[in-house]
Amino acid sequence: MISDPRPQTPDPRFRREAWPDPTGRFGPYGGRYVPETLIAALEALEQEYLKAKADQAFRRELEGYLKDYAGRPTPLSFAERLSEALGGPRVYLKREDLCHTGAHKINNTLGQALLAKRMGKERVIAETGAGQHGVATASAAALFGLHCDIYMGTEDMERQALNVVRMKLLGAQVIPVDAGSRTLKDAINEAMRDWVANAETTHYILGSALGPHPYPMMVRDFHAVIGRETRAQLLEKEGRRPDYLLACVGGGSNAIGFFYEFLDEPSVKMIGVEAGGLGLETGRHAARFAKGVPGVLHGTYSFVLQDEDGQIQITHSVSAGLDYPGVGPEHAYYRALGRIEYVAITDEEALEGFRLLSQKEGIIPALEPAHAIAHLMKLAPTLNKDAIVVVNLSGRGDKDVQVVADLLGF
Amino acid sequence: MNRIDATFERLRRKGEKALIPYLTAGDPDLEVTVALILEFEGRGADIVEIGVPFSDPLADGVTIQRASQRALQKGTTLSKILRMIVKVRRRSQLPLVLMSYFNPILRFGIQRFVKEATAAGVDGVILPDLPPEEAGELRQASEEAGLHPIFLLAPTSSEARIDQIADASKGYIYYVSLRGVTGARDRLAEGVGQAVLRIKAKTKTPVAVGFGIGTPDQARVVASYADGVIVGSAIVARVEEHLGRTDLVQRVGAFVAQVKAAMLERGSQDAGS
Repeated sequence: MISDPRPQTPDPRFRREAWPDPTGRFGPYGGRYVPETLIAALEALEQEYLKAKADQAFRRELEGYLKDYAGRPTPLSFAERLSEALGGPRVYLKREDLCHTGAHKINNTLGQALLAKRMGKERVIAETGAGQHGVATASAAALFGLHCDIYMGTEDMERQALNVVRMKLLGAQVIPVDAGSRTLKDAINEAMRDWVANAETTHYILGSALGPHPYPMMVRDFHAVIGRETRAQLLEKEGRRPDYLLACVGGGSNAIGFFYEFLDEPSVKMIGVEAGGLGLETGRHAARFAKGVPGVLHGTYSFVLQDEDGQIQITHSVSAGLDYPGVGPEHAYYRALGRIEYVAITDEEALEGFRLLSQKEGIIPALEPAHAIAHLMKLAPTLNKDAIVVVNLSGRGDKDVQVVADLLGF
Repeated sequence: MNRIDATFERLRRKGEKALIPYLTAGDPDLEVTVALILEFEGRGADIVEIGVPFSDPLADGVTIQRASQRALQKGTTLSKILRMIVKVRRRSQLPLVLMSYFNPILRFGIQRFVKEATAAGVDGVILPDLPPEEAGELRQASEEAGLHPIFLLAPTSSEARIDQIADASKGYIYYVSLRGVTGARDRLAEGVGQAVLRIKAKTKTPVAVGFGIGTPDQARVVASYADGVIVGSAIVARVEEHLGRTDLVQRVGAFVAQVKAAMLERGSQDAGS
């Protein structure tokens, strides 16, 4: 029997249970910046979620679906050849790519779809960037017999065409969004406009740890299973906690779900990887922490890429799932505290990570976590051989094969 | 006294209701915006709401989304709009209200915004994505400066929120007539009159109704129970329709006059009954 090395007294500087506060804030970040019409829906959602969270029957039901439908727990794989190739620490991969539908997103959509059923809603809507959240929502909707409409930017529909077909096959309607940058940001605008009009009958399954309270909290909680499993699995394999956790950060749901378990244990270092796009100096990226300033987008106060007049900037990333000008408020808070470090990885570096993981481990990652692998390539040579790094492999790469083939000239 | 308060007081004595047209500043450019505001005044507008364009207007329907895009493409900024208002103020004492989203104001600086807007001659500000509980700094700075923060109520607002917003909103309360985004609709939403009367029973602050009011007849009906009628997308759509035409200002002004005439028709009936 291995004893849990979790310290008896968590570091009081990082009291993860304290956030968000009752007004939905993580320190100064977060909140509920929405039109009045939505306030009642958000208050009702918060009440219902808190009740469900405290309800054993709800938790058991969700755990059942996570196990028997989504395939949890996902494995924690030791990446032996990757570790050797990098000549540094022992690298583990948390295999969210093996979740049903191919990414971590299903953890959240099962939770929210169950909640929608509990609230008596007949219809769910969602936005999607890479299409993974759309597919996960459409799957959960099919499973629970809910009507499902998915908003998706037309640029994303083009580059993630496979996922558009999957959503349609699952019985969802995919509504193209042709406004603005025609990506995730614009899909969220449209989903919110829909929800403003239809909140009585419809639940909005927001797909990342952002948006107005209670979404950042709720989405984080549904994904916190990733970090909990990681602790238990690593304890079994190595008898100790990890030294480093790496995850990509678009809105930040896979990262916060992975990090949350260890936030009050500062010996576990955490790095969030943003999309550096064509390079930070080009202005064509999605590096909110490197280049953004605090602002309000989609109902929450956090770091936002914007111009001097407060207009939201158009972002770029090879990865549709990271191509978003805002970031979840909890990330902004822990960054300000110095608890989580954030770095940016360019498209080109991410492609290197994509190839390396494919060829060393026989795992084709999604372009989003390929950013985390690319940062691992920089970090690993600086670490001791006995250090343990866990990368959250948030999704699989099938959806990106065409884009990558074009970029690599296959 | 704030011009908004003075206007509602004057109208109350006359038994009239306020016509509040909305336009997007900088659509098609700021010179036309000045001309439109002055034209609206001449055609019977009592207050004008001036939209400060934002890249991601999530409370707006397609008409105002397109207008915002046109204005942004023309390089319209909050600073330029404030300079435009200074020009209007040389020729008009009409109450002027800025309507935008929170991020452009936040980026400008809340204290700086209140100071410069007040100095330019702005009387009120509406930010649909800034409910009163998130508006602490703006409310405090506005109160000191005499700028009215105008908050919104919706069909979904609880009794407790009606109390809270009736207390926070200055100048008038913006009642959103429907569940949805801005944009003209064929029919008025149901229950608007009852909702307005319920709010009015709780507060002396005037209640103006907006979202979905696009015809003179709809304005006439709403004027029978509300203190003000806000017409936005229907006006912006007429600007769009006449883009590039020399009679744009007169054409849109003529529509404002039609709406005003319909409201007066009803107003005189009420006064006589």
